[in-house]
Amino acid sequence: MRAAVIADTRSVSDQGAASWLGRGLLYLLLLALALLTLFPFYWMFVLATHFQSDIYSAPPPMWFGQALERNYAALLARLPFLRNIWNSFYIAGMATLTTMFFASLAGFAFAMYEFRFKRLLFGIVVGSLMVPPALGIIPYYLIIQWLGWLDTPRAIWFPAMASAFGIFLMRQYIASSMPRDLMDAGRIDGASEFRIYWSIALPIIRPGLATLGLVTFIGQWNNFLIPLVVLSSRPSFTVPVALRTMQGLIQTDWGAVLVGTALAVLPLLLIFTVASRQVIEGLVAGSIKG
Amino acid sequence: MARATARHPRLPWSTRLDKFQRRFAPYIFVSPFFLLFAVFGLFPIVFSLYLSLQVWNPVQGLGTMRYVGLENYVWLMDDPWFWRSIQNTLWIAVASGVPQHVIAIPLAFALSRGIRRFRHPLTAAYFLPYITSAVAVALVFLTIFGTQFGILNQALIYLANAPWSAWAFGGMADSLPVNWLGRAPNIKPAISILVIWQYFGFNVVLYAAGLATIPKDYYEAAEIDGASARQSFFHITLPLLRPMIFFAVTLTIIGNLQLFDQPFILTDGTGGTSQAGMTVVMYLYRTGFNWLEMGTAAAIAWLLVLLIGILTLIHFRFFGRSGLETRD
Repeated sequence: MRAAVIADTRSVSDQGAASWLGRGLLYLLLLALALLTLFPFYWMFVLATHFQSDIYSAPPPMWFGQALERNYAALLARLPFLRNIWNSFYIAGMATLTTMFFASLAGFAFAMYEFRFKRLLFGIVVGSLMVPPALGIIPYYLIIQWLGWLDTPRAIWFPAMASAFGIFLMRQYIASSMPRDLMDAGRIDGASEFRIYWSIALPIIRPGLATLGLVTFIGQWNNFLIPLVVLSSRPSFTVPVALRTMQGLIQTDWGAVLVGTALAVLPLLLIFTVASRQVIEGLVAGSIKG
Repeated sequence: MARATARHPRLPWSTRLDKFQRRFAPYIFVSPFFLLFAVFGLFPIVFSLYLSLQVWNPVQGLGTMRYVGLENYVWLMDDPWFWRSIQNTLWIAVASGVPQHVIAIPLAFALSRGIRRFRHPLTAAYFLPYITSAVAVALVFLTIFGTQFGILNQALIYLANAPWSAWAFGGMADSLPVNWLGRAPNIKPAISILVIWQYFGFNVVLYAAGLATIPKDYYEAAEIDGASARQSFFHITLPLLRPMIFFAVTLTIIGNLQLFDQPFILTDGTGGTSQAGMTVVMYLYRTGFNWLEMGTAAAIAWLLVLLIGILTLIHFRFFGRSGLETRD
């Protein structure tokens, strides 16, 4: 009865011409805002294909130009940029793979076992998320220096291996997706605890693990402050740090800079077109459940 | 006695190993995090507290560290640049924080209640800036903010002169083109524009998730009672969204007080004309790594933590409770 009433009111309001017009306007508004949001990316790609003289002209060019090759060559003349891209991939890749392993292993322990000090230990994991990253940056630099790791990739990926965020995300995911009975089933079959994690838990949590991987990769790819502090030579720079050095010269070569930023953003655009739902869910779910 | 036999070495190795791995498995599984956290997380925190009580230039070696008590903190209290960086940070935090939520809440409402199709592509478009490198997009915004040829000024000049838009933008004509990054009063607004652009989409998704928890019945009941969309927004959505607003604002406060990448790039690492764009974390970075005053830098870090703590506490005190009350 009630459902019928609701269906009725809805269909009436949907057929109203005013509401139809309103909805059209709303779509237009939302679309305009989306285009405005995306514009800087479009602009970046457009300017990356123009000569400096076109970039400094009024009205500015609105469509792609001829100077992409020239700008790319100028970028490579200034920076070992392919090496920088490789560094970024290597660091983000190592951090991602190790985080996926260690965070899911710890998340598995927190979700599936009862053990002494569990609450305290998990409290430390969550508490460490509250610490502002800038607080430890100076001692972090000193530790890296003492380890002799300055200007190496492991100065960045090694400390990032077991992220608290990842453990938290994995614990929530495993607790909600893996029945505890499976633990006993595995034990009866004579599997070791690690074997249960590896052969039973991992296949079940694959989607959650992929989300964690995406989020970790994006975070590390964009990481700026830590690489800025611990890296010092051009061949070891990551992409953001390398791009930073292009700035502030007497006359910044904007075409070259923007080819660089386009290359920095491109992998993320690709990831996002393929897996936007997972990326958004991972980044937002992680913070909401906290 | 039973225990003694259980530990007897003649028990087969495999059984002992098996007992060991069953008993200690969870501890072993969580240990990598705690080892790394001890070295790269906890130790730096403790050490930075110690360091903040020293005067030390790292180039001269560990032996030159000298204990000075609270001198670094006292010095900062009289340091005009430190206070300016606090002011800048608070200014930017508010100017870039408030609009994010003012835009995101109605937008999330429109996306989840106003339309039926293209929800995801639209949301994804708003969200995209959040996942892109802050350094890369700040460099793009450097060209957008250009005084003579930047697209923003050119667009504003067009809008101020075009017949259809002059009524709204004509008033600006005299102040165009705006020297966004060269003149001190414009630097903080420019940084805020970039920060709003980069983070509002994240809040849209947060609020959309919050809206999804509001039962549809409420809206349907309101619709039957003849409530307009506007009334539903103000009388159903906003009150029920309060816990999520509280949470999202908490994240914004904590994040905005630690801004670094965007102001660093937009001001070319200097803080801009008369340090108008220098945030606290930028000042920390410059003190530690440009001027090699590690002790002072550590003190700045602790004062920043204090500031974050105080503001979060104020936020919890004034809005946390009322947020909870509406829930009860």
